[in-house]
Amino acid sequence: MNTRDSILARVREALRGSTGHSARHGEPQGDLSSHSIPEEELLRRSVAEADTAESEVHATDGSIGVRRVLPKVPDDFAGQVALFAERCDSLKTEFLPCADDAAVSAQLKLLSDREGWESVAFPASSEIGALLANLSIAKLEVSRSTVKTDLEKVSAGITGCDALIAQTGSVLLTAISGGGRALSVLPGHHVVIASASQLVSDLPAAFELLERKYAPNFPSFMTFITGPSRTGDIERVLVLGAHGPRKLTVVLIGGEGGGKVIGEK
Amino acid sequence: MPSAASQFNTDATRMVADLGHRQMVQLSLSGYQKARTGNANRFQDWESARSRAAAIKDEAILHLDRYLEQFEEKLVARGAKVFWANDAVEARAYILDLARAKQARAIVKSKTMVSEEIHLNEALEKAGFQVVESDLGEFIVQLRHEPPYHIVFPAMHLTRGQISDLFQQKLGAAPTSDPEALTMTARKALRQAYLAADMGITGANFAVAETGMISITENEGNARLTSALPKTHVVLLGIEKILPRLADLSLFLPMLATAGTGQQLTCYNSLVGGPRSLEEIDGPEEMHVVLLDNGRTRLLADAEQRDSLRCIRCGACLNVCPIFRNVGGHAYGTTYQGPIGSVITPHLRGLQSWQHLSQASSLCGACTETCPVKIDLHHHLLQNRRNGVAEKGSPFQQIGFKAFAFVVNRPRLFGFAVQAMKCFAPLQRLFDATPADPVWPWTKSRVLPSFARKSFRDLWKQRTT
Repeated sequence: MNTRDSILARVREALRGSTGHSARHGEPQGDLSSHSIPEEELLRRSVAEADTAESEVHATDGSIGVRRVLPKVPDDFAGQVALFAERCDSLKTEFLPCADDAAVSAQLKLLSDREGWESVAFPASSEIGALLANLSIAKLEVSRSTVKTDLEKVSAGITGCDALIAQTGSVLLTAISGGGRALSVLPGHHVVIASASQLVSDLPAAFELLERKYAPNFPSFMTFITGPSRTGDIERVLVLGAHGPRKLTVVLIGGEGGGKVIGEK
Repeated sequence: MPSAASQFNTDATRMVADLGHRQMVQLSLSGYQKARTGNANRFQDWESARSRAAAIKDEAILHLDRYLEQFEEKLVARGAKVFWANDAVEARAYILDLARAKQARAIVKSKTMVSEEIHLNEALEKAGFQVVESDLGEFIVQLRHEPPYHIVFPAMHLTRGQISDLFQQKLGAAPTSDPEALTMTARKALRQAYLAADMGITGANFAVAETGMISITENEGNARLTSALPKTHVVLLGIEKILPRLADLSLFLPMLATAGTGQQLTCYNSLVGGPRSLEEIDGPEEMHVVLLDNGRTRLLADAEQRDSLRCIRCGACLNVCPIFRNVGGHAYGTTYQGPIGSVITPHLRGLQSWQHLSQASSLCGACTETCPVKIDLHHHLLQNRRNGVAEKGSPFQQIGFKAFAFVVNRPRLFGFAVQAMKCFAPLQRLFDATPADPVWPWTKSRVLPSFARKSFRDLWKQRTT
């Protein structure tokens, strides 16, 4: 028997011994009578118990149930933008709402000057290049042939995203929208360009979006970014920029339902 | 070599007397307590969230075989390789063989408690591979050749001064008392490690069966770099990490962050479902996932304590535990410290050698109350005590309890015994709390209560009028 089969056999043997009921209520294990019940039936009973044991909880009632317990989010767009901005503030994410592309270009120029960028990197053949037209610094278009040591040296990485999440102040991006895995984590400053239509209310909505957009062919990498990299490993003192970007800037284009979506093909 | 139990007694006694250490731990955890409470209060209903999380984990555990198969099938379909390891030996052998096959010169690791459990670093180093821990806390304890002090905060026991001395000594850094400067020293050193590594090893906080993905929660970005840059990505995880559905993460990610570090969401929550795909521009060429049993199916077979497999390793039970807060993480001598460690270590490493940890508890229940997935921790400590005695009690326990049962089942004998004890009590007072005291093991750290003048039985007899 290979190791896979032996582990699975032990799992099945362990589950056959008793039902989920005693696991929760501390009854003595090994209800002998249960051996005569077919495995399928036993498992079904176990699930029924698991699903009803804890008050009114049902593990499978989907996003409606989860939303009843998670932190509350306003229903309207303005409220969600305000919440996102508030979360960014406490996470030390810089949040820059812009009316249109021209405003974004101007903001990026200001950022570049303020931070003293010497170079920027962004996904090749994306619309980001056009937004950076008035930056007269070195530009690295990230592609399959990009060398990671070069990417490490750039001042800022600029990417699109899949969604912004009001509830948590997070940016959701994938290996596709984020220009690969490294661009959003290796440079010292990560700038995200998002359209207002990409703002979603909460985490369940973000997962729904991922399923809708990609299932069953998800990108190999997806990440929820909630603030710049941080650590508290030394005396629990907060330090930004542990290994990832020291700075995170989110640029939001347009008002409700508007704005151009970056990184979509 | 002393037994684990006597080693624990020695270390715990020493640590409890170390007031500086206790102060350090209390201080470290005070900020956490506040942040955690604040974030739990942001939830509309934290208690229902706990029940819901427990139910989802139960569903995963009670169908573990099917979910594991689904997890494997989905991952393999996306080009990852899955290896099932019965125990630590098999897991180590697989990763060592892989490192040899890939001719990996440098290996970078992000935090994984399972690798501590199987002593992976020692094995890799012995075989001549250079392994660098990339989580700041883990990096610090690795430089000190120490195990992690806490499953979430590995270097919680160290002061900035100690860390500065360490960096001066090992990295040639300038002395500083600024945590930011210390962090930047480590950042600089580790940047080179990421870029040079041919293999990256990470753990996983969750394994999503539905989509065949692992989920990694971290604040620093080291796990992201470890899983992005090297050509080979190895994931090491216990079989209990399964979650049925992708959407379940919308509950578990904020709960883990709240319970673990008092954050609303940890900085990076990353899902990895395979090596880079054709349309992606970077990422590892190969992804290997090692699924480890190592005693977990034994725990699964124990219906009474099976709920321990719900554990998401948030460390909340350690943070509230009066024992942990006084003896510290290293005294346990285990991979997993605190209440959860005391509960599961006997299942993973043998009841007789590790049941003493279940005795080191006031049974206050703070652990059970704080656990985000409602593991009945303090009752499991009691059950371990019961199981330990039932399996193989010491001669003292066996004779002692038999004698006790003999006496209390005979009312006259019991009455006589109580009178005899009363006569004996003043004699005991002469030697109270000295080694000559016959009940010294008790009185050396406790006050022996004095006998009431009248026993309950006396009072009961007088009650009629």
